[in-house]
Amino acid sequence: MASVPRSFLLLSIIPTILILCADFACCNTGRKTGDGLDTDFSGFSVPLEHSFQVDDVSRFRMRGALQLRGGRETSVSLSQSQLSEEDRNTLKVGEEVAAVDGLYKIRVPRVSLTDRQTERQMDGYLTAFVRACSLVESHLSDVITLHTDVSGYLIGVSIVTIPGACRGTEVEDEVDLEAFNTTLTIIAPTNAPQPETALFIERMDIEHEKRGKPQEQKSFFAKYWMYIVPLVLFLMMSGAQDQSGGGAANGGGR
Amino acid sequence: MYPPSLVVTFTKKSSVKMAKLTSLFVISLSFFCISEAVFEDQVGKFDWRQQYVGKTLFAHFESNTQSSKKMFVATDKNIFASFNSRTGDLLWRHVDKTGPEGSIDILLLHGQDALMVVGDGRLLRSWDTNIGGLNWEAVLDTGSFQAACFVAIQDTVKLVAVLKKAALSLHYLSNGHQKWVENLPDSDAVQYQAVYSGGEEEVYVLGVVPNSHLTIIAYSLEDGEIIKQRSVEASWLSSVESSCVVVGQGVLMCVDPATLALYTLPIQAEETPEFSQILLQVLYLSPTVSPGFQPVLVSSQPHPARSPLSEFFLQLGPDHHVLLQLNADGYTIAPLRDFQPAFLVSFATTGKKTVAAVMTPKNETVMLRHSCDPNPRWLSPLSFPLQACAINLFSVDSGRRLLDTTVLFPLELNGGKPHALYVHAFLKKDDSVGYRVLVQTQDHALTFIQQPGRVVWTREEALADVVTMEMVDLPLTGTQAELEGEFGKKADGLFPMVLKRLSSQVTLLQAWLAHLWKLFYEARKPRGQVKNEVTIETLSRDEFNLQKMMVMVTASGKLFGIDSKSGSILWKHYLENVQPNAAFKLIVQRTTAHFPHPPQCTLLIKDKDTGLATLHVFNPIFGRKSHIALPALPRPILQSLLLPVIDQDYAKVLLLVDDQYKVTAFPSTKNVLQQLQEMASSIFFYLIRSDQGNLSGFRLRKDLSTERIWEVVLPTEVQKIVAVKGKRPNEHVHSQGRVMGDRSVLYKYLNPNLLAVVTESTDTHPERAFVGVFLVDGVTGRIIHEAVQRKARGPVHFVHSENWVVYEYWNTKSRRNEFSVLELFEGTELYNSTVFSSLDRPHLPQVLQQTYIFPSPITTMEATLTEKGITSRHLLVGLPSGAILSLPKMFLDPRRPEVVTEHSREENLIPYAPEMPIRTEWFINYNQTVARVKGIYTAPSGLESTCLVVAYGLDIYQTRVYPSKQFDVLKDDYDYVLISSVLFALFFATMISKRLAQVKLLNRAWR
Repeated sequence: MASVPRSFLLLSIIPTILILCADFACCNTGRKTGDGLDTDFSGFSVPLEHSFQVDDVSRFRMRGALQLRGGRETSVSLSQSQLSEEDRNTLKVGEEVAAVDGLYKIRVPRVSLTDRQTERQMDGYLTAFVRACSLVESHLSDVITLHTDVSGYLIGVSIVTIPGACRGTEVEDEVDLEAFNTTLTIIAPTNAPQPETALFIERMDIEHEKRGKPQEQKSFFAKYWMYIVPLVLFLMMSGAQDQSGGGAANGGGR
Repeated sequence: MYPPSLVVTFTKKSSVKMAKLTSLFVISLSFFCISEAVFEDQVGKFDWRQQYVGKTLFAHFESNTQSSKKMFVATDKNIFASFNSRTGDLLWRHVDKTGPEGSIDILLLHGQDALMVVGDGRLLRSWDTNIGGLNWEAVLDTGSFQAACFVAIQDTVKLVAVLKKAALSLHYLSNGHQKWVENLPDSDAVQYQAVYSGGEEEVYVLGVVPNSHLTIIAYSLEDGEIIKQRSVEASWLSSVESSCVVVGQGVLMCVDPATLALYTLPIQAEETPEFSQILLQVLYLSPTVSPGFQPVLVSSQPHPARSPLSEFFLQLGPDHHVLLQLNADGYTIAPLRDFQPAFLVSFATTGKKTVAAVMTPKNETVMLRHSCDPNPRWLSPLSFPLQACAINLFSVDSGRRLLDTTVLFPLELNGGKPHALYVHAFLKKDDSVGYRVLVQTQDHALTFIQQPGRVVWTREEALADVVTMEMVDLPLTGTQAELEGEFGKKADGLFPMVLKRLSSQVTLLQAWLAHLWKLFYEARKPRGQVKNEVTIETLSRDEFNLQKMMVMVTASGKLFGIDSKSGSILWKHYLENVQPNAAFKLIVQRTTAHFPHPPQCTLLIKDKDTGLATLHVFNPIFGRKSHIALPALPRPILQSLLLPVIDQDYAKVLLLVDDQYKVTAFPSTKNVLQQLQEMASSIFFYLIRSDQGNLSGFRLRKDLSTERIWEVVLPTEVQKIVAVKGKRPNEHVHSQGRVMGDRSVLYKYLNPNLLAVVTESTDTHPERAFVGVFLVDGVTGRIIHEAVQRKARGPVHFVHSENWVVYEYWNTKSRRNEFSVLELFEGTELYNSTVFSSLDRPHLPQVLQQTYIFPSPITTMEATLTEKGITSRHLLVGLPSGAILSLPKMFLDPRRPEVVTEHSREENLIPYAPEMPIRTEWFINYNQTVARVKGIYTAPSGLESTCLVVAYGLDIYQTRVYPSKQFDVLKDDYDYVLISSVLFALFFATMISKRLAQVKLLNRAWR
């Protein structure tokens, strides 16, 4: 009874391994893909390197290639090969000597996504790390994030594993350490908000309208016409009398 | 109701909107009315302010009578001020612009007028010295300022002459109008450096072509016409300003250090004579000019309408002065008196008499031994064992010492050396000369001394430039400390412990009784007479830890210990060889909590040019230097970090990272090194190279070397890092989350390793400029949040605390200041509620942000801090007006809703309004403005409700703030009598009623 599901499992694992041999993680920032006008920004590839040594000396080796695509739509994808037997052992050793807190480091060269190919590469690398034990315990499932600045330069890379804790659990299955299960994202800076004056004033207007249009909306004249009109009339009357009286006085003077 | 609508109908549409906006503000604010103003009787009770002026450049006394009280100073902080010379208090003070625009080039005093040239010859100002009002101000032509002097016409001073690089102008003293201005001939080649007027009809301008010849031009006072112009061969002369003076009847006297000779030349002479040379040897002066010392001539012109005195001083070395006299023939010189050793000399005139004041060391034998030292003592760091200096007056005519004119100037042990001498001489009733003297020391302190050596007052002007400060708890009293010590010691048997406990209880009882007696005794005295003299001996912590020691570090290298309650300076310590551009970092390594170990502070002094650092370790309570072995720091220091690791003496470990990323520990005992080795793999630190835009993280290795583990690079072509701030290590956050309207909890993202990095764009075009805000984890280098504020530029002021960052910037498009707040939340569920680790937080936090308009520029910003973090937070904002605004954090909350809902009302959220209010009740310093606020320091007190605040800049202001009001303190006017009488009444009522009830029961039982 028990052997049947086991053989079934085996059968199902084989094709997955085959697929994972060329594991392909891909993402884009969610902007619309579409017009293929950006032939200039047809994408380019930079190496993703990693280092996991028991001693603290970093020796970076190739882990995969990042396919970067700049321009209007920024996207990134990663093609990476399986871990070799040797690497697996080193990583396992790294985990066994977890007491020394071995680190698993990755690095990518500093590049720009927008500049022309010749100027893309700058000297230096961007480095990040995660504890080797957590990488092993998470069965090589990691999340790599690339950060760019406003003008498209890569400024930082970060790596975390899910789960991130080191509990000291033994990873028995060699299969779990063969291929990476990578989630890859690229993040551009968000725009910080401006003060929301327009919305606020709009809301104020709505609130005022809700309260109905009280006397406030009436003009000054409309409100007080009953006082103003008699007053003006009275003034005009008295003024006319004055003028005539003054004229008479003047005339008398001459 | 009607008047506002009247206004509205007659204004434009935009202002209609604004009026509505503000009216809604008033309405919304009235709901959240938090009154925080100070009551009239509380003024000065918990707060104090001290005003300073800075390092004195020019000082003058008002008039030469014994009764005059005023003196005037102009300082390097661009301040013109007047002191009361009896008390040292400020009478008035004018604070001009900072930087070269407001710098004071010269201060001249004549009668009631003080003339000042400001901003390298930009403005000429005249002040009324009585009230400190501005008489007039004249804008001068462009050109850098060289010299200025008063010009007299027929014995009355009517004009002032200002010499610029290429022009000479005369201005009327009465109204500042320009009489004439003349361009100087050949001003490209000739450096005009001095202007002289001796009361004649001409004004002379002296210029020099270095190492070639001297040019003298005489201008007519009437119309500025050149009367004479001649040049005299002087191949030895390089600068008129530094090596020449005018003495006697218009004779130019110059000194040449190379040939050790004096040169004389009559300025007014018709023909063109040569300089006549007089070798110093001829004057029987031992030409012992110290190596590298430029001889200096000092002369005096008591009245601008008359020619200068024919006597003058020649300074030959740091402590060697000679009084000389020019004979009537105009070219021979007679030595009057040789002063060696003498630090400082000064002329002073009263009436017809002119005297010379000379400062000499008191202890002459010591000085003689030192004068064999080839190095000039002034420059050597050797502190010579000198107790005091003596100042004496000498008659100028004869060089004889005047009797009974000695004044002793006490030198402090850790103070600066005398630097300048200003003498106020006056005629006494018996026609003898009396004087008071103002001594300026190297540590910028001013000391005013009266005969016979009484220090009238001292002003510590170094405090005008505080760089950094810390507040340290005061130690416990002796008895309290003993009680504490009892628990610290190891148990030695039951019986001795009981005995010890009893004895300490008895001492406590004694202390309490003494305290009661003192209270009773003081209560009988009238209130005004009770004086709480604070001295260093009587210092002890009060009940609520409200009184602390303020340790202030000033730019001049002088350290101060100030009592926070009274503001009195309890100790001071001058560090002599501190470079003027040094950077300081003050670290509290051991607090007062570890009796019997004394508290310990470490000051890291870093030379900005070389990067080399030195440490000064001291006791913050007494200011004494500790005699602890300091680590050798041969390489430039990049970063210092204080670890929570403590050594066996309870001192926190300070790690210093040098430019080869090697780490030095201080203290570096065996114990510490062992602990460091054990913890090495969990010690992470970061370095920031703002010039390269590079942020990198390191981990410590066991051998104290380091390993680079992460790197983030912000390209400098796009943006440059302007500031990085972490969180304060002594900050407590009481609540982990916020309860929302629907009773669910929104958890805060409380990452203690989070750094806020602020950048500014290199492109300064108003449309393209931006301010970047990055939140980076200091351990993993992970960018937690990255935001760009478009169309914005600095200066950016920001505060990073708890789970929020508040920053202020200038909006280039709308041309206004704006505040923005970022808050980070984990969400409604915590990832790991027991412990926070940067290495194990895979999910990014939610970031909320809101922006507001702030109607004023700001100069600095800080958040309040309390003991347990229960009290709500306020932001303390220093405004350029000198006010300090206490802005509730409630107004800076990104969850302020646009539309009010049931939930938001439940949460007490203020509806969003784009404009931030400034209410005058929020000014915590009411009318005590703090000029040029540079920093605000906050410290928790023992009371949860109370936060201690110190604002420093030009002035120092200390106060307490209560962000959530004084919820844990009874009010001052609490009615103790009423509450106790009610209690007693109730008590007796129950007694009586109990008795009555008993009687009633008994009676009933008998029935």
